[in-house]
Amino acid sequence: MTIERVTRKWKNSINVVTIGNDENKVQVGGETTLPFLHDEGEMPHKPVIALEVYDQVPDTWTDSLLETLGDVVKDPVEWAKKGKELGVDLISLRLTKHALEENPTSPKECAELAKAVSDATNLPLIVWGTGDKEPDNDMYPAVSQALAGQQCLFGSATEDNYKTLAATCIADGHNIISESPIDINICKQVNVLVSDMGFPLDKLVIFSANGPLGYGLEYAYSIMERTRLAALGGDKLMAMPIIANIGPEVQRAKEVKASVEEYPEWGSQKERGIGWEVATAVTYLQAGTDILTMCNPEAIKLVQEYIDGLMAAKK
Amino acid sequence: MALTAMDIYKLLPKTNCGDCGTPTCLAFAMQLANKNASLDDCPHASDEAKDTLASASQPPVRLIKVGAGDKEIEIGNETVMFRHEETFHHACGLAVQISDELSDEEADKEIEKINNLWFERVGEMIGVELIAIKETSRDAEQFAGVVKKVVEDSKQAPVLMSYNPEIIGKAFELVSGLAEAKPLIYAANEDNYEQMVEIAKKHDVALVAYAEGLEALADLTAKIADLDFKNIVLDSGSRDALDVLNDTTQIRRQGLKNNFRPLGYPTIAFATEDDKEEVVVKASTYVAKYAGIVVIKGDEPWQVLPLLALRQNIYTDPRVPPTIEPGVYEVGEVGPDSPVLLTTNFALTYFTVLAEVEASRIPAYILSVDTEGQSVLTAYSSENLNAEDAAKAMNSSGLKDKLNHSEIIIPGYVAVMSGSLEAESGWSVKVGPREAGGLPNYLKEYTS
Repeated sequence: MTIERVTRKWKNSINVVTIGNDENKVQVGGETTLPFLHDEGEMPHKPVIALEVYDQVPDTWTDSLLETLGDVVKDPVEWAKKGKELGVDLISLRLTKHALEENPTSPKECAELAKAVSDATNLPLIVWGTGDKEPDNDMYPAVSQALAGQQCLFGSATEDNYKTLAATCIADGHNIISESPIDINICKQVNVLVSDMGFPLDKLVIFSANGPLGYGLEYAYSIMERTRLAALGGDKLMAMPIIANIGPEVQRAKEVKASVEEYPEWGSQKERGIGWEVATAVTYLQAGTDILTMCNPEAIKLVQEYIDGLMAAKK
Repeated sequence: MALTAMDIYKLLPKTNCGDCGTPTCLAFAMQLANKNASLDDCPHASDEAKDTLASASQPPVRLIKVGAGDKEIEIGNETVMFRHEETFHHACGLAVQISDELSDEEADKEIEKINNLWFERVGEMIGVELIAIKETSRDAEQFAGVVKKVVEDSKQAPVLMSYNPEIIGKAFELVSGLAEAKPLIYAANEDNYEQMVEIAKKHDVALVAYAEGLEALADLTAKIADLDFKNIVLDSGSRDALDVLNDTTQIRRQGLKNNFRPLGYPTIAFATEDDKEEVVVKASTYVAKYAGIVVIKGDEPWQVLPLLALRQNIYTDPRVPPTIEPGVYEVGEVGPDSPVLLTTNFALTYFTVLAEVEASRIPAYILSVDTEGQSVLTAYSSENLNAEDAAKAMNSSGLKDKLNHSEIIIPGYVAVMSGSLEAESGWSVKVGPREAGGLPNYLKEYTS
């Protein structure tokens, strides 16, 4: 029998955000359909993966991940080059040392590092602060200026700290991550605040402070779905691509941190780490994520293949 | 899809005869729409009206049961496309597929391994509920032998995978207790459906309908329904993640939006690749997007654990905050000088704190205060976490008898209440870290 397909057509599209310049640029967004339902609308740009690179190795990460990454973690520039090798689309550079209480790095040193990472990889850059207001606001202008014109993605603007970042990014032509604490109303509010500063809406990317699989994933999952439905339904203040923090969040999960000696019934810790990161990434992709930030090289390869499969033109 | 009063009115005789006990047909239609009346009350209702109403009152996605007793699972009966619209009601079943060509010894080992794929997580037992025995031996006795082991030795309900009705039928003959175990039969297809339906009917068990593509599948389930059998699970034949996603989405929509009966059943999806990681990738997709049963190939805990956690997350009811019983919880070998930590009774907060205290390896008491399932900050701003109630909880907890101190650590986010809490409770209040992740370091310093 013939079946009358139930399809959903939407009036609005997600903004296209360009990160980077010229031949190395990455574009995300532009969807006119829910994730991967290609018969119903366009998904002109595939979801992309950024390799997480820190200016110092987070002390909470598992040995298992550090072993997989190898010696490169001692040098952020070398670490970032690993991303090139893995074929990731962007580098997600996390600056944290400027917020240390003892011997913080100077904004100038932050800028030099960011520039060095950019030069060494020639990949578009996402640059994050720590969320500590004062050190971040000291750091942003120097780093932004050093990367002026490169259309990086800076994170993150929050409800109570957005002005410095917005002003800086307007001056230097960067994109901004607008962050909200798993709250769809605050999400919209931050977008409004940033755009009231004269920052263009189509240079914003939404971050809902998502958790890892098993630790509140469902909250961010539903917030993302609601955000995307509202955007496609016509809300231009929500029509931004979405970024999800995958790798560093996954490193917080007990099922990833616990050694096989502690929980023999959970099996290989190395494989568990990969499985957890992959399952978290896959699930957020299904909710509408456009940019995934990831840590584990094995997990990255698997998700790259998965995305390619889902983007393969149907029929 | 529910019918409106106007939809129903159009189906009534519109004579306003009053024989139903309601003065007008429109009023009666409104009663029907609100489910306060039955169409049986109208002696003049047409067959068309009866059919339409009967079909509209059925759940859009049929509820299917597999397994028996404590191995029984329910799937289907879903009402929404997105969990935030209401909730996803029946968590998908997870099945591990095994071959019927395993030797006795291999089968025993495999079953033991799968039996261990049960875990306690956030206070709930989660695990693999089904074992799918795939027939490739073409040998009814060989197949029945493995099925028998699953029925007798496993914690799982069986899925009998063969397109050969003779082999399936023979399994029911050879394995005592198989019918009572309520296996799922996989699968009826265009060629065998009459025999398969007969077997499924005879033993009152659910049956997967398999056809390539939604059109062929709808044709098949319509034929099966004509045999007066509706205990059906759907397999559209797709095995690629993209195709499965599109099919399960369309099938769910056909049920919910079109009330299209031939596809108004739960689905089964397969992630049965040889590549162990790829299995996790695909199965995660199917857990999130609408599969009623996910069959995987692979029995490693690292493959299964993320899928179970994902299922637990996705099927959490967003309307109900997950809570734990307020009270005192002991972590590790506590003693009179162990630290005491205060937190909320929001399950996520509690279990996050618990995980970090465990990770610190420092024995401690956790006092979970009743905040109606709200997290620290939300509870504080809504006054469900306040000094007065917290003090009461502290002093009525019996902790004082167990301790040689009266010091409590509160979450860093509510540092502001430390003064009033000290005054109300008489305890000395220490401010802990804002995030649970800071607890191991904090506790190490605290106890040194």
